[in-house]
Amino acid sequence: MIINHPLLGPRDSAEFVYLGTANLMDRPDPDTATPEDWHDYAYLRDNPAGPHRELWFHEGGDRSILIVTRDTTTHEISSVELARNSGAQA
Amino acid sequence: MTQNNRLNGGQIDRNTTLNFNFDGKKYTGHPGDTLASALLANNVRLMGRSFKYHRPRGPLTAGSEEPNAIVELRSGARQEPNTRATTAELFDGLAAKSQNRWPSLAFDAMAINDRFSNFLTAGFYYKTFMWPAAFWEKIYEPIIRKAAGLGSLSMQADPDEYDKGFRHCDLLIIGAGPAGLNAALIAGRSGAEVILADEDFRMGGRLNAETFAVADLAGADWAAQTVAELSAMPNVRLMPRTTVIGAFDHGIYGAVERITDHLATSPTGKPRQILWRIYAKQTVLCAGATERPIAFENNDRPGIMLAASMRSYANRWATTPAQRVAIFTNNDDGHRTAQDLHAKGVKIAAVIDTRPDAPSSMDYEVLQGAQVADTKGRLGLTFVEVARADGTNRTIECGALGVSGGWNPNVQLTCHQRGRPIWKEELAAFVPGGTLPPYMSVAGAAVGTFSTHGALKSGADAVRKALGLKGRAPAVPQAEDAPVNQTPFWYVTGCSRAWLDQQNDVTVKDVKLSHQEGFRSVEHLKRYTTLGMATDQGKTSNMGGLAIMAELAGKSIPEVGTTIFRPPYTPTAIGTLAGRMRGKEFHPTRLTPSHFWAKERGAVFVEVGNWLRAQWFPLPGETHWRQSVDREVLATRSSVGVCDCTTLGKIDVQGTDAATFLNKVYCNGFAKLAVGKTRYGLMLREDGIALDDGTAARLAEDQFVVTTTTANAARVYQHMEFVRQCLMPQADVQLISTTEAWAQYAVAGPNSRKLLQKIVDAEFDISNEGFPFMACANITVCGGLRARLFRISFSGELAFEIAVPSRYGDALMRKLMAEGEEFDVTAYGTEALGVMRIEKGHAAGNELNGTTTALNLGMGRMVSKAKDSIGSKLAERPGLNEPDALMQVGLRPVNKDDKVTAGGHLMNTNGPVDAAHDQGYVTSAAFSPTLGSMIGLGFLKDGGNRNGETLRLVSPVTNLTVEVEVVSAHFVDPEGERVRA
Repeated sequence: MIINHPLLGPRDSAEFVYLGTANLMDRPDPDTATPEDWHDYAYLRDNPAGPHRELWFHEGGDRSILIVTRDTTTHEISSVELARNSGAQA
Repeated sequence: MTQNNRLNGGQIDRNTTLNFNFDGKKYTGHPGDTLASALLANNVRLMGRSFKYHRPRGPLTAGSEEPNAIVELRSGARQEPNTRATTAELFDGLAAKSQNRWPSLAFDAMAINDRFSNFLTAGFYYKTFMWPAAFWEKIYEPIIRKAAGLGSLSMQADPDEYDKGFRHCDLLIIGAGPAGLNAALIAGRSGAEVILADEDFRMGGRLNAETFAVADLAGADWAAQTVAELSAMPNVRLMPRTTVIGAFDHGIYGAVERITDHLATSPTGKPRQILWRIYAKQTVLCAGATERPIAFENNDRPGIMLAASMRSYANRWATTPAQRVAIFTNNDDGHRTAQDLHAKGVKIAAVIDTRPDAPSSMDYEVLQGAQVADTKGRLGLTFVEVARADGTNRTIECGALGVSGGWNPNVQLTCHQRGRPIWKEELAAFVPGGTLPPYMSVAGAAVGTFSTHGALKSGADAVRKALGLKGRAPAVPQAEDAPVNQTPFWYVTGCSRAWLDQQNDVTVKDVKLSHQEGFRSVEHLKRYTTLGMATDQGKTSNMGGLAIMAELAGKSIPEVGTTIFRPPYTPTAIGTLAGRMRGKEFHPTRLTPSHFWAKERGAVFVEVGNWLRAQWFPLPGETHWRQSVDREVLATRSSVGVCDCTTLGKIDVQGTDAATFLNKVYCNGFAKLAVGKTRYGLMLREDGIALDDGTAARLAEDQFVVTTTTANAARVYQHMEFVRQCLMPQADVQLISTTEAWAQYAVAGPNSRKLLQKIVDAEFDISNEGFPFMACANITVCGGLRARLFRISFSGELAFEIAVPSRYGDALMRKLMAEGEEFDVTAYGTEALGVMRIEKGHAAGNELNGTTTALNLGMGRMVSKAKDSIGSKLAERPGLNEPDALMQVGLRPVNKDDKVTAGGHLMNTNGPVDAAHDQGYVTSAAFSPTLGSMIGLGFLKDGGNRNGETLRLVSPVTNLTVEVEVVSAHFVDPEGERVRA
């Protein structure tokens, strides 16, 4: 696959490490989350046939983490963005 | 032997004679020949034995779709089994052997299988070798493997090199027949960056095998002229001998280029084959078509081949399988073979055409509405039995029979993503369909455009569309434009031992049996009969099987559907896929800056991830590793030792929020760590399990240096980047791995400070008061060399770790050893390091094993409740906090001489030894020279309250049962006085 890095242009996916669903960015609020929220965050994953937002770490490149929207049935990539530009607020 | 089947003409160089041998016999051929064409020229039709029945076989085709003429090439370490004689380029001195026969090709003892063919039908193995199950692995499988026919391996290392490469282009054209060549010409003239790849050593495809003219040239000459024009274009790269084996995501193609396979000896420095990864913006697939056979009784004898292949042999290679041949066809294309061979002086015994209205000929007899009922000839065809339209039979003498059942477009690469071929009724064939690989279009015979004119035009159209070329289309060169006339005719009624898949020995009868026994979907048919599962992937056989299946089911072919194709298009050597990544090159080897110093000292090395680390340093006279390790431990504990710890991961954390960030990734607190201080830190995964441990040294208000274990360096860095970019994107913090930037050494033992004082520059006070336990500082050594000093200890002794820029690592190690002579300084390796950390009770990889929590490790109270950190919430789960949770303990054998082994389990002194009564397990064990016995670390249920208890350590695997006593994990200096000295 080719991932169109927002800063570096098209790169082979072999340069990246797959980190899993982009839902990992929505970490529960430690002050208000219930044990169920934590359980869901740590263990439950969607397995969609279709567009999937996921994290790819450019380990062999600039070390950016990208949010890649990839169709799991076609591998078509519809959007790529830098995780740190769209991430949760610290 | 002489080449008495050589015809006139052809694209071979008759001025040069090549000598080769097959099964030990000597033959001659010419440059331009394949092994198969040269053997046919020498009147050799028999080239192999079939897989199951060991039937004599000759070539069915003249290309990479060949199922039968499978041979072993070369000898010694370069021996290569299962290669197709039809694609092996002839060179002087080539030695080939037939396979799957014993004792000889003409007399094969296993041909007895053919007599038992009634028993060896589809599903024979499944039905026969089912019981008893235990017999499968030891008895049935070895026998079957021995009897089943494939070539043999040399069992020697492959002496050739293989390589990998990357290429980029605007347009990749796959196949250099009329469609591909014309496409390349137009693309090349437009200025686009073009790659034209073809599996053959001579570009031109069918143009080389036909007598058709293109424009005012013979087809082969037009091809040669076009290739010459293309090779003069700087923007066009021709890749002959290159098979595109797979179409992957986003316009990436895999291709194998055979660099030296056609040479007698490979020139030094050249790889044998290169696996290319081609990134193409657009691709035009011009893969052509494959002729399909007709099934009839005993249709597999040597001499029976596809009619168009027979034509290829005659026109391109100037050879014929026999001087008297017949043709069996259901279409006009078969007649072309008769015409071309007749023109070359080969006697055409008859053309047997299934069509009652077949065209007749002045030159030879055409039997209209006739079919081949049977054939004769044990080691090669001698007669065919023809059933004529009027019901009479006739025997025709011939040494070869050309069979034509029409053409199948080569759709393989269109299926590698989500393409599903669709049935085209007017062609009676599957053509590319469904979703093609992105940016791919298909032209020429591969899309069902079979005429030469049609191929030239469709190649031009496809490339103009792919490149978005505007303006008037260039004229298509004049060429034949015969209409396609394919009416399906799959098999002769009433035949049973009629081969569909010759390579896997699947007959019409097997397909019928499969249907009868309920294996009726195409996927079931394929797996039950093994139709199309041989190395040729059913290129000549799948369609026949599908058609018969459809007929039996009373369905149409599109209703039954087709199986699809996966990479690789043709068999690919594992060595090619591995490239240079073999042996020690399988992964990179990382060496520390003082590696060569350690090597000079005779160190024994161990692989730790990609790193090589010194395991111990044997001295003269030491014959057992334990002698070296025990000495290194005792010397360090009594005076001073030096250990290379460069391989530990080092991550530089900088920014105004650096402390906040570390507070998030470590379960213990870092916000209040003073500048100039170091702290042990434990990282958890979000699920509460320990991830890694290490130290973080605060070198400035906004700078920390974090260390990780050697094994987890990459993983921890990745985790920290995730937290930084995904969870704390607003924080002002930057990370960079500096593992390679600093060489780092542990200097441990009561004399470590004295040793370091000799090299640390005088303005830096490293006394216990000036540089207490857990201090850290930027310093200089040896008169101004910048360095970092940490007072941390893994060994439990007074110890420091000193880091210098990598390029000074070797010099620093030598300096420490030289200055340490007065203290009898010892270099120690990872074994002694391990022994000392077990003696001190420090957890390492064996304890942080992916199942243990901070509580298990005895660090439960370290998990700060005053702040949120990764894993802190889920670490509180009740399931991880049971009252009898496993706790790390120390273990000593009750009998001093007993062994303690890691992996053993702990059981109470009495009671059964089973999983239900398991009390825990041993994670680390070593002989402690300090204590004079073996010791261990382990996890024990409620371990914190069982000090002094006696347990059984059992290891049923090694038949070990010893009594051990539960003790503190801190075997050495439990109060920690030495590290603070």
